[in-house]
Amino acid sequence: MHMADALLSPAIGGTFWAASAGAIAWCAKKVQQGLDDRNVPLMGVLGAFIFAAQMINFTIPGTGSSGHIGGGILLAILLGPYAALLTIASVLVVQALFFADGGLLALGCNIFNMGFLPCFLAYPLLYKPIAGSGKSRRRIAIGAIFAAIAGMQLGAFGVVCETVLSGISALPMHTFLWAMLPIHLAIGLIEGLITASVVTFVWQARPEILDCAAGAHPQSSAPITKVLICLAVAAALISGVCSWFASKAPDGLEWSIARVTGQKELAAPLAGIHGSLAGLQEKTALLPGYGFRNSGQEPAVHLEGQSAWPAVDPGATVAGLVGGGLTFLLIIWLALVFRKRRRAA
Amino acid sequence: MNHSLVEIQDLTHTYPDGTEAVHRVSLRIRNGESVAVVGANGAGKSTLLLHLNGSLIPQNGTIRVGDVHITKATLSDIRRTVGMIFQDPDDQLFMPTVAEDVAFGPISLGLAPEEVERRVTAALHQVHATHLRDRPPYKLSGGEKRLAAIATVLAMTPDILVMDEPSSNLDPRARRALIELLAGFRQTKIIATHDLDLVLDLCERTVVLREGRIMADGPTSDIFAADRLLAESHLEKPLRLQACPVCSRRGPMTAPLPGFGRNSNPDEPEGNRARQ
Amino acid sequence: MPTIESAFFELHRLDHLAAQDSVIHRLDARIKVLIIVAFLVCVISFDKYEIAAMLPFALFLIVVLGLGGIPSGFVINKLILVIPLAVLIGLFNPIYDQQPLMQLGAVTISGGWISLFSLLLRFCLTVGAVLALIATTGFNTVCMALEQLGMPAVFAVQLLLLYRYLFVLVEEGQRLDRARKLRSFQGRGLGMRAFAPLIGNLLLRTLDRSQRIHLAMRCRGFDGAIRTCRLRRLNSRDVLVLVVAGGVLFAMRVFDGPSLLGRFVTGLLA
Repeated sequence: MHMADALLSPAIGGTFWAASAGAIAWCAKKVQQGLDDRNVPLMGVLGAFIFAAQMINFTIPGTGSSGHIGGGILLAILLGPYAALLTIASVLVVQALFFADGGLLALGCNIFNMGFLPCFLAYPLLYKPIAGSGKSRRRIAIGAIFAAIAGMQLGAFGVVCETVLSGISALPMHTFLWAMLPIHLAIGLIEGLITASVVTFVWQARPEILDCAAGAHPQSSAPITKVLICLAVAAALISGVCSWFASKAPDGLEWSIARVTGQKELAAPLAGIHGSLAGLQEKTALLPGYGFRNSGQEPAVHLEGQSAWPAVDPGATVAGLVGGGLTFLLIIWLALVFRKRRRAA
Repeated sequence: MNHSLVEIQDLTHTYPDGTEAVHRVSLRIRNGESVAVVGANGAGKSTLLLHLNGSLIPQNGTIRVGDVHITKATLSDIRRTVGMIFQDPDDQLFMPTVAEDVAFGPISLGLAPEEVERRVTAALHQVHATHLRDRPPYKLSGGEKRLAAIATVLAMTPDILVMDEPSSNLDPRARRALIELLAGFRQTKIIATHDLDLVLDLCERTVVLREGRIMADGPTSDIFAADRLLAESHLEKPLRLQACPVCSRRGPMTAPLPGFGRNSNPDEPEGNRARQ
Repeated sequence: MPTIESAFFELHRLDHLAAQDSVIHRLDARIKVLIIVAFLVCVISFDKYEIAAMLPFALFLIVVLGLGGIPSGFVINKLILVIPLAVLIGLFNPIYDQQPLMQLGAVTISGGWISLFSLLLRFCLTVGAVLALIATTGFNTVCMALEQLGMPAVFAVQLLLLYRYLFVLVEEGQRLDRARKLRSFQGRGLGMRAFAPLIGNLLLRTLDRSQRIHLAMRCRGFDGAIRTCRLRRLNSRDVLVLVVAGGVLFAMRVFDGPSLLGRFVTGLLA
């Protein structure tokens, strides 16, 4: 359930980047203040452990397909929320850079969905109250299962919201939700069962590890307010962006109609820069006849309008096809040149 | 140099689960000595070693290194004097490149950048690993990792080297190169190992541990001659000392195999053996 | 979805590529990070019906990959691995978005199809860009660059340690997996019952390892902070590269090159 760069709009990507960068900075400060330098190697190897654990698959009962552990809630239980967020974020960075899971700009969304939501919502609001001080095996197990399910549902919901708000995919919100939430309910349940059994295994073998994690990061009572404040800020941020977005693009379909009829245009996020540049471009137009249909009335829209396919202007379509085709040929040619050079070297 | 460098008195250590890993161990080690600590699995070797640089603080008994007793307050002094080489070099090499890893200790000591650089170069040169400088640790072979790990410790300029199974997981050639290398070091060496052939090459003195107690402590040649002691301690006479028709004629004083004497000082191990 | 085994094989390959030497490799990592981020922002800021105007970015990417000596087969393999996901999500576009957007003779093409291809191109460009960055820079250098660009030091150390032990622990995981598979017949023993203790054991060993690493750190004077070595100072050449590359990207984003070219060519023909 990684969010991908290609599905993002700059506004959504930027907002979540800012939110996640803030969360990382805050957690980094918290971890540093924690003064337990054992955490430094512990977080590092636990991050690597997530990858190692994912090497090992298990058969999902009844389906015959295989799954592996995600590990978000497990990390939160072992490390406490602050260190866990950093560890999950580091795992996501490696996945983004090496495995093309997500991407650099989508990291913000992914850290929010898979790090912030489980660590600062599911863990303190579900696992902590249910598991209590960690003296009962059953309570630990139930807490882990509920927290994992909730974390997964929240994360899936996040993915849907971010995708729909970005507007690159035409999937309507409710259809997407119907596709995502039930699947992630199942995934969350399995993740919860696995997390519960791993945690109880560790608890039986070496109870001091969990005590240590719980003791080193008192999280149950006071910081709840902080969590809520944090959430309120995040919610305000997101709803701000959403409302801004919604007012500009009421809905994907309407948006595209507006685009076709050329009546209403969506301002690009960088409208200011683009606007002034568009003005500049108008003055210094390279080719005569390159003037854009709407440019006279709507200079700020120039760029976005230009990049849409103006259906009413077959000349532009042909020009776009010819130009695109030529560029494509150039790309292929360059690729072949480099390939030859490599062979020769 | 009769002044004893390390003095352990009545050291006892009990783990939280009740296992008594070390029981009333007393040991004196002189400056420049090479001491092997041998014994079966679980005999208490690792626990004893962990005490030597303060990774474990003595529960009962005392340890003195130089003029300093090991307590929580003296840890940083102790760790500068005693360099510990771990059994798994992966645990010891945690930085992105070998050079940064070797620099980690000197930087933590707060040395100036030039001095750090000088120490890194010197340490890598000493283990003949200058070429590994910019390589990431995960790309090294087992033998190269071991060399890098030793360099990280040498960069701290310790007086005492404590080693846990230095020859484990090495191929024969890397093992031989390591023995040559260690033989050239002038530091006091304390080596815990199952590799008794290595003991024969490096250590003039051997301490036998069994169930947390010292069973024997004496010249290596005497210890290895005591068949019953070895059997009781789950040990075996080094292969070179066993009655093989070929080996027994050549005896334990075999010169290093040709081709492995790269940069080594052949006199040093001979000198050690002469004292046996 | 690529299997994790093959992904790790790729990891070694990427590491190997990053150790090469080329014009692109020699560029300062911070500059590369900034350029790639600018590239990504430009690409994702395109309208969802845009295809032709994005192609110059592919050109840019090809030049970077080519100069960096990254084999095309490697990049294509990587793209093939991720493209199914893009198709899966993008396929809904033609279904939900049937507004006619383009008239090509008698054929009308709906917005959904155009946005599907636009989405696929986005995927290729964004994945390719990240690949170009990591394959010409290496993970550790990217981390240090990010740290100097303002990432918290604790997080930088976390990334470096994670990457260091990734190789060690993944091999451990692989050994465990192999050992279990060798003794499992007809898929028995691969279920969740055996899985939890297996993972639990791996976890306990990992925790032990972290204690040993901590010990090793303490032995060498670790006081809670790890100082990573810093990259050299930026010189005027680096800044020049950044300005030029940024300018090129900006121009490509603002001027629709292929369209201009197309108009020019059709103008000539007409």
